[in-house]
Amino acid sequence: MNIIDFLLQHSPALIVAIPLLGAFLTPLISRINNKARNIFVILILGLTTSIVFLLANDVFAGNIHTYVFGSQDLALPIVRILFEVDAMSAFMAIIGSILALVAVIYSWAFIKENTGLDKFYTLILLTTAGMFGMVLTGDMFNLFVFLEITSIASCALIAFWTNKGKSVEAGFKYIVISSIGALFLLFAIALLYGQYNALNIATLANAIQFSFLDKIALVLLIAAFAMKAGIVPMHMWLPDAYSKAPASVTIVLVGATQASLYGVFRVCFTLYGNTINLSPASIGWIIVLLGLITMLLGVAMALIQSDFKRLIAFSAVAEIGFMFLGIGAGLTVLGNAEMMAAIGIPAMSGGVFHIMNDALDIGLLFLVAGAIYYATRETSLDKLGGLARNMKYTTVFFIIGLFAVSGIPPMNGFASKLLIYESTFQLNPILSIVAILSSIMLLAVFVKVFHSVFLGPSLPKFKEVKEVPKSMLIAMGIIASIIIVFGLFPELIINNIVEPAVSALVNYGDYIREVIPTFTGGI
Amino acid sequence: MIFNIPFIAVTALVLIGLYTVIFRRNLIKMVIGITIIQSGVNLFLITLGYRENSVAPIFTSLPPGTIVPEGMSFPVPQALTLTSIVIGVAVLALMLSLIIHIYRHYGTLDSKEIGGNEE
Repeated sequence: MNIIDFLLQHSPALIVAIPLLGAFLTPLISRINNKARNIFVILILGLTTSIVFLLANDVFAGNIHTYVFGSQDLALPIVRILFEVDAMSAFMAIIGSILALVAVIYSWAFIKENTGLDKFYTLILLTTAGMFGMVLTGDMFNLFVFLEITSIASCALIAFWTNKGKSVEAGFKYIVISSIGALFLLFAIALLYGQYNALNIATLANAIQFSFLDKIALVLLIAAFAMKAGIVPMHMWLPDAYSKAPASVTIVLVGATQASLYGVFRVCFTLYGNTINLSPASIGWIIVLLGLITMLLGVAMALIQSDFKRLIAFSAVAEIGFMFLGIGAGLTVLGNAEMMAAIGIPAMSGGVFHIMNDALDIGLLFLVAGAIYYATRETSLDKLGGLARNMKYTTVFFIIGLFAVSGIPPMNGFASKLLIYESTFQLNPILSIVAILSSIMLLAVFVKVFHSVFLGPSLPKFKEVKEVPKSMLIAMGIIASIIIVFGLFPELIINNIVEPAVSALVNYGDYIREVIPTFTGGI
Repeated sequence: MIFNIPFIAVTALVLIGLYTVIFRRNLIKMVIGITIIQSGVNLFLITLGYRENSVAPIFTSLPPGTIVPEGMSFPVPQALTLTSIVIGVAVLALMLSLIIHIYRHYGTLDSKEIGGNEE
């Protein structure tokens, strides 16, 4: 057996294990010196990213990977933990790995002057490991454990600048919300376990009856994941956490939020997929409605902010609404093959593609905001101005991010938003009108930012401001180039990456059949 | 209806905890609320695995005359609860350490007063 096959066979375990081991080796390596530690962390994440791509390449070809920890005898119940990787999991893992790699490259210069950096990198690797675990696992309790690992590590990262009261406060808000969310999740898992004596997602999905207790469990699960994903009634922690954390942490946090979003989709489509046929429309419409409220409230709040990072955080809230809209529109027509082909598949392709686009766009904007903070030690829009003279590369990256986030044609945001507009218009014109309105308001928000930060007369206090160091420019450059490639060749991405992920969600039967070969449901 | 008492206790614990987190303004009391919710959920898990008149599922120290496995309570929820308790301790420690930092910065634990004055 050659090395590639070996790596591929064990890849679901390695993707979680390598960052986890790396995390605890980092403090040892940083005894040597700081440069060795930075290189070590980048190498660890580079290795993980390449294994993710290796696995994704195989999964997108149509093979679902399972990896069993514990007893191999599938007849025995609950004596094993199962990792199950389908195209949707692989898609999320790709996003997570790109964001984590960019974050550590960016951190090299951005956070150089801080102390306690060995702990910082340990926590970044732990968050990444938890994020990978959440998207790869096929076991509900394991999902809870990884969710908690991600929460604890990312909470400590949000409060990393403990010399600032606001950061600590944001960290506290985040840990309160996420621990309550996680307890709801555990309660829902207990409800499901008590009825079906199983923790495996596929086994549960095979057995689920949609009884009264299952409905309670569904509400708790969606509430828990929506809390962590920042859907509007539960979004108040998100602007604080995103804006008070260091920029390189925010981009990892974006990945962690997306992993919770994956939880919503996995629960709605796979766990309850077979029963949601009984009442598909109602659950789908609830998700669509949540998406619409999230979008409108997100942009409305973004318009009135005067803090650069807080403004981007609110537009991140709005962007999450787009994904919910696309996926929810798909859920309303699940089980109806004709409507699914006409409306559902394009809407969900838009929604799933937008997950990746949002991670890149919002990530890039946060990195730009971090670069401006690094250069000027200032995030208030009222005090900034005329920076295009001093920081020409950063300005270019901001323009790319601006176009991408508001869906202007040459960038990737346009491709996914157009898919969402077109398909939701057929479902109900009001949906696409609200979506287009939010997009236009996003453009207005960022044009305002562009004007007040980069244009205008050069201010005397920013005379000495220089372009940021190379590592930060490289990190922003990586994301910007991915954005442009995705924008120029959206068909390539949609056909090769997004379509398999969407069909993995829609054909939930394949996911269940991988563990329960006798399962007959699914399209 | 004696066997429903644990479930009533679970509901009561979770609701008391939620009330504390939402309506109490002192941060320490909020943390206490979260631990109460956690105890409720742990109790729920343990109750699910209990069989009437059963003994602890330890093979090496079973009382004579135990029917295996019907006479033992279910071990899986207990394993889940142990994991959940360990995670809970980590979260509790982190929350309390954050509260120490908040108190150093603002000199108060009242959630209404925190964050009003910049830095």
